[in-house]
Amino acid sequence: MIARRGAKRWVSAADAAAKKLGVRVGMPTAKAQALFRGLMLVNADPVADARRLDMIALWALEHYSPIVAVDGFDGLVLDTEGADHLQGGELPMVTKIFNSFHAKKLTARVAIADTWGAAHACARAIRRETVIIPSGETFRAVEKLPISLLRLPEKIVADLRVLGFQTIGELANTPRAPLALRFGPEVGRRLDQIRGVMAEPIDPIRTAETVQVSRNFQEPIGAAETINKYVGRLVVQLVGELEKRGLGVRRADLFVEKVDNTRQVIRAGTAKPARDVAWLTKLFRDRTEKIEPGFGIERLVLVAAAAEPLLEEQRVSSLVEEEVTDITPLIDIFGNRGQRVYRMAPFASDVPERSVQRISPVAESTKETWVGHWRRPVRLLDRPEVIEAIALMPDHPPRSVTWRGKRHKVLRADGPERIFGEWWRRPAELEAVRDYFMIENEQGERFWVYRAGDGVDPETGSHKWFMHGIFA
Amino acid sequence: MSAARETVLADLRERVSALEGGAAKARICLPFGAPEIDGVLPGGGLAYGALHEFAGGGSGTVDGAAAALFAAGIAARTKGPVVWCLTRPDLFLPALTQVGLHPNRVIFVEAGKEEDVLASMEEALSFGGLGAVVGELVRLPMVASRRLQLAAERTGTMGIVVRRWRRQTEANDFGQPTAATTRWRVSVLPSEVLPVPGVGRARWFLELMRVKAGECAEFCVGACDEQGRVHISSRSGDRQDTPRRSVNS
Repeated sequence: MIARRGAKRWVSAADAAAKKLGVRVGMPTAKAQALFRGLMLVNADPVADARRLDMIALWALEHYSPIVAVDGFDGLVLDTEGADHLQGGELPMVTKIFNSFHAKKLTARVAIADTWGAAHACARAIRRETVIIPSGETFRAVEKLPISLLRLPEKIVADLRVLGFQTIGELANTPRAPLALRFGPEVGRRLDQIRGVMAEPIDPIRTAETVQVSRNFQEPIGAAETINKYVGRLVVQLVGELEKRGLGVRRADLFVEKVDNTRQVIRAGTAKPARDVAWLTKLFRDRTEKIEPGFGIERLVLVAAAAEPLLEEQRVSSLVEEEVTDITPLIDIFGNRGQRVYRMAPFASDVPERSVQRISPVAESTKETWVGHWRRPVRLLDRPEVIEAIALMPDHPPRSVTWRGKRHKVLRADGPERIFGEWWRRPAELEAVRDYFMIENEQGERFWVYRAGDGVDPETGSHKWFMHGIFA
Repeated sequence: MSAARETVLADLRERVSALEGGAAKARICLPFGAPEIDGVLPGGGLAYGALHEFAGGGSGTVDGAAAALFAAGIAARTKGPVVWCLTRPDLFLPALTQVGLHPNRVIFVEAGKEEDVLASMEEALSFGGLGAVVGELVRLPMVASRRLQLAAERTGTMGIVVRRWRRQTEANDFGQPTAATTRWRVSVLPSEVLPVPGVGRARWFLELMRVKAGECAEFCVGACDEQGRVHISSRSGDRQDTPRRSVNS
């Protein structure tokens, strides 16, 4: 990637292969071409880049966080507080973000930290794909990073280097006054921001189509009932706006702006587009107790961050009284409380632990179920546990097994049920075989055990016995 | 004379049911289909709009397999979606399908903490329109069970708590009082004898340890079939060494 500045042409970005050859960012183009003949040069297009980045920002706004802004020319900043629970926590969220870029063959670096500055520095410094800086350890994480990640003008960074400053930690341990005298307040401000001493509000992007309603208060409000009352009114307004446009909300954000110029955001997600006043009010009411009014709230803004078309539906009356309850509101309540809600569906596999997949609770209902020739245990152990078994090879059930230090004498047994490895999934399973037995001990406890291997050919498995499930 | 007595009794019954509050609505029950069991339950079956407690016996206190399957069989015979709240996701759904609970009907809510399971159960019970709400819990304090019972009474949804403990010794907690309408213990018994080698239909020892306005009882049943029904099994198949369990232990 070649950028032009005046008459100068220099390298503004290089891919991994080019970097291996020694091409560096900031190098004159001629020098890079001299390093390798046939180097592919692409002219940089900052305008198109910025437009793309804006599109990615909008995508992130719909999916991940109510507050998204473009950070510099190559990054995005998301305030995910109060929104990560919809993705199942911080770690699943960053993994998901990384994976969605990876699926498009793009390389992304994702970092979560307490402050914008720290996240900015960490995302650009890490070698791993993702990093989560634990809360309170922000400064320890950025201490060793170079000062170029401090979001200071290039001139100041160069001058600081001349003075011998290399890392952010060194700079932070220097007395402020001389620095301020020489470089102005910028250095101190950035250092405070990275530590979270100084607030750094993010100005979120909005599109023209975003449906938004707000309410200003002349006197700051703080009581829980008052907040609830106005949230209820805002929801009614929002639903009215949505109705005009035929939209239903998938993600709604409540911005709470307080008198001391801080902001708190609550995001609620729905599994299906929703335009029901009671449903949305309930989702926010559940969480208004999390609002800390502080010195008082002066503005409430309710935004439908992601909306989808929702058409009116004709309810057909019928002679047969059929009660089909739509439980999507209930699913949303669970989801917004940060619980994992799912349904299980069959998956075409003979291997027991692979035969079940989790699907979205609002997914289309499936027709097929599991093949029920053989009885299946109620509890399936997370991982099969090695047991000691006394058994006649090759195809007799065990006479006795010892599991978790307890010996069970086998009185009756059923089996074997042979399950073959799925070589199309994992090549190593080409020969693998499991022989499952259902065994019953003297007390009537019934277990599901298997032997790895067919009992004859050592290629098929280790011939060890495993406990895999408990029958009722 | 007897007519006067009847009117007095009827009057008293009315006043008692008015005091009970939730029972003011006609109680609807889900019969087991086995006359012996339905006979001992007031209303002739497991009441909707009430909380029922199931636990395993012996090693079943830890795995709760039989209790969970028994609960699944009951949930399968209700109508509407079933919400299953749990903390340990080790339930194997093909087994639940084999007692008639279709995977489309079950929505799992997995929480990290026991308290969240209780909160989810209460939310689901007070939502209404569900067939049954099942929760797998270690502890069921009196206050929590009371809340669940009241939520169930309001909407007429059946609440089922499957108790499973971390250790077998913790299971004496099951003697503590709760507001549940019925309390059951499901222990495994040796399966039905087949004329050929193999494991026959599973059998359970079902203890009705507590029931509101009813007597305790115990049954020996064959495990849930494809429709989730149990049937009374004769004890003749028992071997002599099968330990008898006492009701109060």
